Amino acid sequence: MHFRFDIIVDYIPLLLKGAALTIGISALAIVLGSILGLAVSFGKMSPRWYLSWPTSGYIHFFRGTPLYVQILIVHFGLVPAFIGHTDAVIAAITALALNSAAYTAEIYRAGIQSIDKGQTEAAQSLGMTGMQTMRFIILPQAVKRMIPAFGNEFIVLVKDSSLVALIAAPELMYWSNVMRGQYLRVWEPYLAAAFIYLILTYSLSKLLGWMEKKGVAG
Amino acid sequence: MTARPIIEVKGVHKSFGANTVLKDVSVQVEQGEVVVVIGPSGSGKSTLLRCLNGLEKPESGEIRIEDRSLLVAGAAITQIRSRMGMVFQQFNLFPHLNVLRNITLAPVQVRKLEPAKAEELAMSLLGKVGLSEKAGHYPASLSGGQAQRVAIARALAMEPHIMLFDEPTSALDPEMVGEVLAVMKELAAEGMTMVIVTHEMGFAREVGHRVLFMEQGMIVEEGTPQKLFDEPQQERTRAFLSKVL
Repeated sequence: MHFRFDIIVDYIPLLLKGAALTIGISALAIVLGSILGLAVSFGKMSPRWYLSWPTSGYIHFFRGTPLYVQILIVHFGLVPAFIGHTDAVIAAITALALNSAAYTAEIYRAGIQSIDKGQTEAAQSLGMTGMQTMRFIILPQAVKRMIPAFGNEFIVLVKDSSLVALIAAPELMYWSNVMRGQYLRVWEPYLAAAFIYLILTYSLSKLLGWMEKKGVAG
Repeated sequence: MTARPIIEVKGVHKSFGANTVLKDVSVQVEQGEVVVVIGPSGSGKSTLLRCLNGLEKPESGEIRIEDRSLLVAGAAITQIRSRMGMVFQQFNLFPHLNVLRNITLAPVQVRKLEPAKAEELAMSLLGKVGLSEKAGHYPASLSGGQAQRVAIARALAMEPHIMLFDEPTSALDPEMVGEVLAVMKELAAEGMTMVIVTHEMGFAREVGHRVLFMEQGMIVEEGTPQKLFDEPQQERTRAFLSKVL
């Protein structure tokens, strides 16, 4: 077999364009998912059933069903229901964020619950409110412990974003599919895509390792 | 007319599951009084102390702090707590903040003190507990005795009217007990109202105005240190004292 680097070179602009969208979709999904996940984790930890039940159901649903199915539901159901028509990029970001929130919620919960109860009691004994305790005492300590788990989740999310090629969001995987279609070859498009994903996830894990060492929010 | 007691506990019951920890406990503490609570482990003395600032909620009974009920719905519990310092057996310093920030955090966030004012206050309190040079250090670098003195300074920074001590020296190496007790003695001499759960009988005798002996969730006997230690009236008190003295 002759490996044709020339067709990869031809496609580099499109693959990079796709990679840029992969980064954009993943980054937005990570940010939105982390924010939503924090809210979901508070809901799940709440002693009030009308907060803990729905959030618990949310986590079960998004962790217990395939992301593939979730993407289709969001693309053909949820997004049109809100904006009247569908949009692949919006659907991709929404589906990945909703999915990621379920996982980050559990990361937050584990991190928060790993902080010694004495910390909360000391803060309370000083007259701090629940919000103040969370913001100044619990979260700064918990976030440090969450960084490795967040790192894993972000890397998974970047890889899972390839599934949105399914709804024709023009990201990296979409363009490598196009490339296969044009040249009817498999190795070049898919190995090129795999290599770019590897660069993305490797850089991300280096970045997170560096943040962990720096002790973010310390 | 005499002032009402600063702490009033009436008929408090508390249980954890099937285990009853406090049975109809009533106690009053006057302004400026130093009350020491002694008794075997599991007697409910720490639970009683924790009820006083709302860390535990009794099932029934009444607790009033400075004439404000702690147990009614919507009680201004954070406000009541902010005037009541608590010192824990395990110190519970905030490990992510240095000593100075441990002390200034609550005054700035809760009392809304200017940060500069809070730092000034913190430095003077660190001087008082003999740790001025540790202001920039993190809790992990402190010895147990130093950590507990910082914890006391942190509680004092809220300028509390009452100080609660939950076995403050039980987690310390023996050679560090003295430095913590010295700080507490000084506080008592300044007229601070204090409730202290401790196993330090010598300290109880020397500093306490009144000693409560608790066993099985009840106050078995109370009196001045002289009376309780030298002429205990109850058989159970005598049995306990014979084991620890």
